[in-house]
Amino acid sequence: MALNPQTRQKLLAFASLIVLMVFFGLASPNFLQTENLVSILQATAVNGVLAIACTFVIISGGIDLSVGTMMTFCSVMAGVFLTYWGLPLPLGIAAAILFGALSGMVSGVLIAKLRIPPFITTLGMMMALKGLALVISGTKPIYFNDTEGFTAISQDSLIGTLVPAVPIPNAVLILFLVAALASVVLNRTVLGRYTFALGSNEEAVRLSGVNVTFWKIVVYTVSGAICGIAGLLIASRLNSAQPALGQGYELDAIAAVVIGGTSLSGGSGTVLGTIIGALIMSVLTNGLRILSVAQEWQTVLTGVIIILAVYADILRRGRG
Amino acid sequence: MNTNQASACARALISARGLSKSFHGVRALEDVQFDLRPGEVHVLMGENGAGKSTMMKILTGIYQRDAGEILLDGTPVDFNSPRQAQAAGISIVHQELNLMNHLTAAQNIFIGREPRRGWLLDENKLNAQTAALFERIKLALDPRTVVGTLTVARQQMIEIAKALSHEARVLIMDEPTAALNREEVEDLFRVIRELREQGVGIVYISHKMDELARIADRVTVMRDGRHVATVTMGETSIDQLIAMMVGRELGQMTREPVPQTAGEVVLEVQGLARRGVLRDVSFQLRRGEILGFAGLMGAGRTEVARAVFGADPIDAGSIRVHGREMTIRSPEQAVAAGIGYLSEDRKHFGLATGLDVKDNILLASLARFRKPLGFVDEARGRQVAQELVQQLAIKTPGLEQLARFLSGGNQQKVVIAKWLLRDCDILFFDEPTRGIDVGAKAEIYKLLKALAAQGKAIVMISSELPEVLLLSHRVIVMCEGRITGELPGSAATQENIMQLATATTTTATAPLTAAA
Repeated sequence: MALNPQTRQKLLAFASLIVLMVFFGLASPNFLQTENLVSILQATAVNGVLAIACTFVIISGGIDLSVGTMMTFCSVMAGVFLTYWGLPLPLGIAAAILFGALSGMVSGVLIAKLRIPPFITTLGMMMALKGLALVISGTKPIYFNDTEGFTAISQDSLIGTLVPAVPIPNAVLILFLVAALASVVLNRTVLGRYTFALGSNEEAVRLSGVNVTFWKIVVYTVSGAICGIAGLLIASRLNSAQPALGQGYELDAIAAVVIGGTSLSGGSGTVLGTIIGALIMSVLTNGLRILSVAQEWQTVLTGVIIILAVYADILRRGRG
Repeated sequence: MNTNQASACARALISARGLSKSFHGVRALEDVQFDLRPGEVHVLMGENGAGKSTMMKILTGIYQRDAGEILLDGTPVDFNSPRQAQAAGISIVHQELNLMNHLTAAQNIFIGREPRRGWLLDENKLNAQTAALFERIKLALDPRTVVGTLTVARQQMIEIAKALSHEARVLIMDEPTAALNREEVEDLFRVIRELREQGVGIVYISHKMDELARIADRVTVMRDGRHVATVTMGETSIDQLIAMMVGRELGQMTREPVPQTAGEVVLEVQGLARRGVLRDVSFQLRRGEILGFAGLMGAGRTEVARAVFGADPIDAGSIRVHGREMTIRSPEQAVAAGIGYLSEDRKHFGLATGLDVKDNILLASLARFRKPLGFVDEARGRQVAQELVQQLAIKTPGLEQLARFLSGGNQQKVVIAKWLLRDCDILFFDEPTRGIDVGAKAEIYKLLKALAAQGKAIVMISSELPEVLLLSHRVIVMCEGRITGELPGSAATQENIMQLATATTTTATAPLTAAA
């Protein structure tokens, strides 16, 4: 009992990640190749960023089912700005993040002001944004062939050009930057403090004279903006905004958050844990694929891992 | 006996005159006066429902008064929110602590007022400020400790520190020792004396007689929403205070001896214990008997019922039903043994408010109305439910009425009907008349008596002493998780029950700590 429960869960997640890597490393010589490790990281980028968005909301005691389609909606909006209207790249980037923030704000207002439960609100938003993305794009992918440098956002490697031995793609760099920033916001700013406080005991926060409605909206807005970043990452990787994509990503994101030790009941959680959670999911998928385990079984195993992670959370709370 | 009003007024930190408050036409406070001087501990006493909490909620801006005035330093004030009261230096430590368990002590205390450096929080300053507050109450605690890992006593200290951080000159504490063990109480008293020295005026709401003598400077007794008396501690006795507290007559409710058929023992509980909640609880319940459980809130009465009913785990003790030793680990087993529990919180635990009257009545007995393939025998169910509705005189437009639209009294009857149908002959009624109007109460009383006369064995937990006296053949009194006495119904009075209910344990027993 020397460690606090949160640290214990994080260590547990980290240990699981190491165990998985050692296991796959022993099982297949290809697994620990730089190239494969980089592809694991690349595969983690989008889910990782979305999971960070979810981390904010879940720590605050809420849930967000709309992050997947919100991401898609944002990439479509980037497509509208860049491809349809031919605006310069920075405007497209700003648009994606702005529309993410805006969508998040709408969820936040519905939840905090109208008191619609987060589950219902974001379920509705999930569908509405999916529909909007399809309507705006005319159900067809929007390609970014005319926007120079768009694919570089995700695919180039800034680190690789500086240190050729570590060809880490920009998407991963962005993931780590978002993670670092999110970590600072959560632990060192007022917003972060209120995010934890809301998830821990909303009533106590209200009685302390904090404007609970406002800060809740801010939490969802920030989460939305991060979804916008994810939208850019996935669009850049595919060199297109794929309007039919997105649904299902929210569950992967929530799974990563939970595996990383953030409690679904709110009040506790870390960005580092979430990143580890997202890595566990990618390592599992990648490793099983290398071992030629059928895709179907990969899905089954991921499901089992999620349930185990939540059970660990219950054990932790039961004792704590 | 009253203190000199004029001088009290002149020196009062805060004083209230002619406070009145009604809720939905029910008087909660009527023309109450109260004053608090700097550097005094003013104990507020009264039974549950005497109006203590209502008055404190008005003083702290949670409720708005209907009439009267509040003077702070002689100036009339009006608080529209707890925030305003807090800004004026009036803070309250509620019995139910309101902290954020995942955050540290310092983070809790300064929530909403975090010191910052630019965009970032200044955690060092936060912890330093908290350490200074802790110093003021001589609390040896790291400000960075996560609150959820602390004992209730320590959490309470954090609430006190939080109040002080608002420059509180008036500190209201609602039953602060309810969940503390002896050492923790000592610690709390030390802090209270410390604050008194510093000139803070303290309102201390408590039922515990032995605490009064040790901590009180003055005592105000309230009863039925009225001010009974304010006395200086040295000039009164515990007996006098108790007499003032329960002075109410039983009124029009006449107490007729309930005929009891001396039935056989149907339930025997031996040495029931649950760490930190119940200690060595033993009692017998006979057929045709109403056994009253009296005590103050938090005395452990509900916990006894829940333990016997299998809703909470027990650490020790045996339960015999109809002479047979039973292991009851779940409500399911309890119900199978013929034990029914009517929760004090009907809406949460007793009634499915979204279902109709019929379905609620049949809920616990559906297995009996099963037809092949799992269908429910609607016709027979309706018929049986209808009979019960008539038998218990449940006022409902029909069997299809949703339970949530019934009055409190009729909801209670629906729950009773459910257990009767389940053939429960041992019934625990937990605050059966809470939130029910007077007329409906009388009906519930009649029903309880009728059930007893039919040979049911009834345990009635009630915080309303007149009700306990009215119905019980025997009264068991609890205090701090133990049975402190048993009185035959004929010998029970409000006074002797109150004595037992506030009796503090003299034996050196394991400290009672509330579950974290």
